[in-house]
Amino acid sequence: MTNPDEKGRFGEYGGRYAPETLMPALEELEEAFTVAWNDRDFRSELAELLSTYVGRPTPVFHARRLSQSLGFDLWLKREDLAHTGAHKINNTMGQALLAKRMGKPRVIAETGAGQHGVATATACALLGLDCVVYMGEKDIERQALNVYRMHLLGAEVIPVSSGAGTLKDAVSEAMRDWVGSVGDTHYIIGSVVGPHPFPWMVREFQRVIGDEMHHQLHGRAEPDVVVACVGGGSNSIGAFATYLDDDVELVGVEAGGYGLATGKHGASLIEGTPGVIHGSFTYLLQDDEGQVLEAHSISAGLDYPGVGPEHAAYRDSGAVRYDSVTDDEAVEALHLLSRTEGIIPALESAHAIAWVVREAPSLIGKNVAVVLSGRGDKDVMQIAALDD
Amino acid sequence: MIDHGADRLRRLFETVRSEDRAALLPFLTAGIPDIRSSASMFEAMAAAGADGFEIGIPYADPLMDGPVIAEAAERALAGGMTVERAFEITERVTASTGRPVLLMTYTNPVMHYGADEFAKDAAAAGAAGLIIADLPVEEAAPFLAATRDAGIGMALFAAPTTTDTRLVSITRAEPSFVYAVATLGVTGERKESSGALEALAARIRAVSDVPIVAGVGISTPQQAGAAATVADGVIVGSALVRRALEAGSADLAAAALGSAVRDLRGAMERGR
Repeated sequence: MTNPDEKGRFGEYGGRYAPETLMPALEELEEAFTVAWNDRDFRSELAELLSTYVGRPTPVFHARRLSQSLGFDLWLKREDLAHTGAHKINNTMGQALLAKRMGKPRVIAETGAGQHGVATATACALLGLDCVVYMGEKDIERQALNVYRMHLLGAEVIPVSSGAGTLKDAVSEAMRDWVGSVGDTHYIIGSVVGPHPFPWMVREFQRVIGDEMHHQLHGRAEPDVVVACVGGGSNSIGAFATYLDDDVELVGVEAGGYGLATGKHGASLIEGTPGVIHGSFTYLLQDDEGQVLEAHSISAGLDYPGVGPEHAAYRDSGAVRYDSVTDDEAVEALHLLSRTEGIIPALESAHAIAWVVREAPSLIGKNVAVVLSGRGDKDVMQIAALDD
Repeated sequence: MIDHGADRLRRLFETVRSEDRAALLPFLTAGIPDIRSSASMFEAMAAAGADGFEIGIPYADPLMDGPVIAEAAERALAGGMTVERAFEITERVTASTGRPVLLMTYTNPVMHYGADEFAKDAAAAGAAGLIIADLPVEEAAPFLAATRDAGIGMALFAAPTTTDTRLVSITRAEPSFVYAVATLGVTGERKESSGALEALAARIRAVSDVPIVAGVGISTPQQAGAAATVADGVIVGSALVRRALEAGSADLAAAALGSAVRDLRGAMERGR
């Protein structure tokens, strides 16, 4: 595993392409995180909250029935069982604690599927911070349950109508807020994206996923393959971080949408080209003029035209294999896991399940660990509508 | 002899300093109100007393821009605006007004075009300089080199939040001018001046003699007049873009821009 260099670069990717107004805040954040991360008190306060409040460690579950039918041993890292129903809370607890430590009483966040918004609103409620969440209008429509959860948690949800009204637009709007509010506000970005130090800091908060998996599977079923979905890429990097130096095949599954050939997808690493999006040099979907293209995915959390810069570095080095599955494959996998194991996965996580199902012939006899990044309650109405 | 854009920019700042005034540099997005009449908007503002221009190359995810300029970018792109067409508009405005044109955009369109190619083609079109809203000094080296090689100028930003340590690295990188962000926040009209510009300008002057151009949140003649007392140049954007977007026709837009620029210019002379 690599740490970014002093300019915040993983290889050539990353950096800090932000308006000057934000630069001092990014420097301050880097300094504050570096100090906190080396501070035993901060680490133990976070560990205590993760254990008594979030419910960590989350279990690793051996999916026996699916293993039997697929011909390999499938292990599920149950991030869906973390408080609020997804891995997002690992990061928001860390960043909210940091905001508090930095003396910032107000927190802003963006959200796509609503999971990061709910996780941010939750951490802010717990720690007594004001919380504003930016969410695209299209996502507000398809994730109504999470919008209401945020309201219950005392957060203000601001609809974003620019662009396609999805995650990209919500990130842009949150950044615009931050440009004007940076004195008293911390921006809790929800993935390993954005200007340095965000990609590095969010990975450090998410690597608890991989570290726990390692302890849970060590000596029992060492994974041959670790699979996770990639939107911005935080649950995957959190799992991969632990295994990068080991002889383990790492697979990141991007949103194939209607199929890569249709151009309607969220596969930035597979189909994108290098450029700058939301403050970071990375792979993104863009046109001939350098304008960011709209992504498409049935899953709001993967509907993003960029990706974390650390993933961009691993794409180029080959340290991680990136592949995609379509909307249809993901929906089918959601049904399969629900019926076979009694677990309704989030549509995002269903992408990782869909990949192991499709690639089963090449996985025979192996130990395959999949990060089940979130639960599917939020997607139930959307799936029901597909059945009509 | 080749008249480099960077030289014309330098002469502009020398001139306004010798005349003890600030240059008025109106901003408008290229392709507003439409591609065909875009250049004539700048010509109308030149006739009304603009000293030079900031021509915005529209970008669909403008992190530093408020709703007015963001809407202008969306409209211009929907109307078919491209980098190449912005260069064509630059060429015509430079030729017909003789005043320096600064191109303003975001990192990705320039990077995608290629920084060196972009600077070369901008120079060929007659541009005097380049402003990239999301490019801090840490990432600016390749762009500063590209513009220097092409003979055009380039700005770096300073904001009210910028520390004195950062001001030193920013001015040491030798930008053609420092774009001083007058308000904490994205571009847009504001009723009140924040008062942040005076302190920022003084801090920049304390470390360097580099020309200072103030922008962001300067919309009324009164605000422009106040900014003119501490800066070498004043950029007014959203207030003008809004007038151009609201006008019913290209002729009305040109008239509205001309009259607004006259008012701004008048206030800036009185302010001195």
